[in-house]
Amino acid sequence: MLKNSLGFFRRPSTLIAAVIFLILIIVCLFGTSIAPYPPYEQNLENKLQPPGGGHLFGTDDFGRDLFSRVLAGAKYSLSAGLVSVLVGLTGGLLLGVPAGYYGGWLDRLVMLICDTMLAFPGILMAMALSMVLGQGRFTPMIAVGISSIPVFARLVRSQFLSIRERQYIEAARAAGAGDLRIALFYILPNAFGTVMVQATLRMGTAIITAATLSFLGLGAQPPEPEWGSMLNAARAYFFSAPHLAVFPGLAITITVVAVNILGDSLRDYLDPRLRER
Amino acid sequence: MAVYIAKKIGLTFVVLFCAATCSFFLLRLIPGDPAEALAGPQATQSDVAAVRASLNLDKPIPLQYTAYMGNLLKGDLGYSYRSRRPVLDEVLARWPNTLRLSLTSMLVAVVIGVPVGIFAARRRGKLGDTLSMGISFLGISMPSFWLGMLLILLFSVRFKLLPFYGMDSPLNYILPSLTLGLGIAANIARLTRVSMLEVLDQDYIRTARGKGVSEAGVVYVHALRNAAVSIITIIGLQLGALLGGQVVTETLFSWPGLGRMIVDALTARDYMVVQGGILVLALTFTILNLLTDICYAVLDPRIRL
Repeated sequence: MLKNSLGFFRRPSTLIAAVIFLILIIVCLFGTSIAPYPPYEQNLENKLQPPGGGHLFGTDDFGRDLFSRVLAGAKYSLSAGLVSVLVGLTGGLLLGVPAGYYGGWLDRLVMLICDTMLAFPGILMAMALSMVLGQGRFTPMIAVGISSIPVFARLVRSQFLSIRERQYIEAARAAGAGDLRIALFYILPNAFGTVMVQATLRMGTAIITAATLSFLGLGAQPPEPEWGSMLNAARAYFFSAPHLAVFPGLAITITVVAVNILGDSLRDYLDPRLRER
Repeated sequence: MAVYIAKKIGLTFVVLFCAATCSFFLLRLIPGDPAEALAGPQATQSDVAAVRASLNLDKPIPLQYTAYMGNLLKGDLGYSYRSRRPVLDEVLARWPNTLRLSLTSMLVAVVIGVPVGIFAARRRGKLGDTLSMGISFLGISMPSFWLGMLLILLFSVRFKLLPFYGMDSPLNYILPSLTLGLGIAANIARLTRVSMLEVLDQDYIRTARGKGVSEAGVVYVHALRNAAVSIITIIGLQLGALLGGQVVTETLFSWPGLGRMIVDALTARDYMVVQGGILVLALTFTILNLLTDICYAVLDPRIRL
């Protein structure tokens, strides 16, 4: 078991990504205590200071310490990834399991719903849903999650379609197992790996989409220290304070790189055929 | 083949009908009254009621829906709440700008993505492979709007070489096309590499090498031709990302295209413009998907089965 777990960290990049992810979790939990300044504390006399001096990343247009705000923003971005993947996965399972298991008209209906949702650019769907759900800390995350339901539903459906034809499913049916039992205890555990890989990889996309929503002014609202909304505010200071446009974006990219490497490693670990590629 | 295409076209119409219905009801669920937003903060109740009546917003939702769908069948996308101009005119005025940006971005993506993918596949496991795949991994993990901001900081703010606002000259295309195209190039590079590796493992490649065909001949004539089906599909699959990316790129670069129009209309609650814009984007997306499917079926006869 231990040897198997160590196999996951075979590549140095996976280990580095795992360490970054661990640091991000620590920052999420203790960000405001580690931060040198309170993330909301304004100091107008000290505004738009470049990096250095007492402020590692400089200060923003209200004189707030950018480093402290970037640390505080980790909590928002990681929870955006987690909540939206949970919402997308739950919706995907609710639609994909019956579609893949029963097939027929139910499958066609679910696929039509998915095709319709996928015909909208994801960000537009998330924007409209975010407006429908109204203001709130979790609404952009839920909106991003709902817009990713068709991706999960299609994957779960295709897994169920292929697994339900296997012999052990026939054997379970012959032994008298009911539909629900077969779906939940025989097919789902076998589809779990592939679905988890997609969930991990989707987390990176969700973090970017949530940040994009805030960047467009529809996600987290100022003065919330959210990375996307900090970048939106930075657009007004391209010439006077370019550092404002660098650090929050770097934080998003590092987080998404770490999450994507972990997703890739999980996929390679679960499917050894891919390791050589 | 004809049956396959007919089925796909039929499905396209169903998806478009559902997309129109979906966007209509989704927008009506948004809290707040567009008539109030239009009438302004100083308006009295009777002013708001007059605006509501003039826009037919006082009618029951099912009636509004049947009127909208009826007009849609006649090619009428309705009128903008704000400008009172036909939505079709507004969409058609901006559509070419979005299309031009899409084409230049896709050009950037293909011109960079495919050669990098081939390069990495040829140097499998070597430094060149690791480096190019590392960079493309960074490309897919970076929010496109941040990449755009970095390009602005570098080329417009620091070196003052390129404009980053509007679309007055051909130079205006460079930064938005790079912003949209580089992320997609990263995806194309990664997937092209995998397709090329699959083909390079085949027996007929070994045969070609055995017959003394040069390495360039093996890669560009034998392998690339066979990997082309997958590469075209990959490019087709990226079209969705391209249209989605337009929304934020157009906003960042103040590009007068459909994406920015939808974002502006959505925040101003100009529902008819949002519906029209979304419908045209969905139409484009489904038609492009259809063309990719047809291309795929033409190139790979197994798909028709």
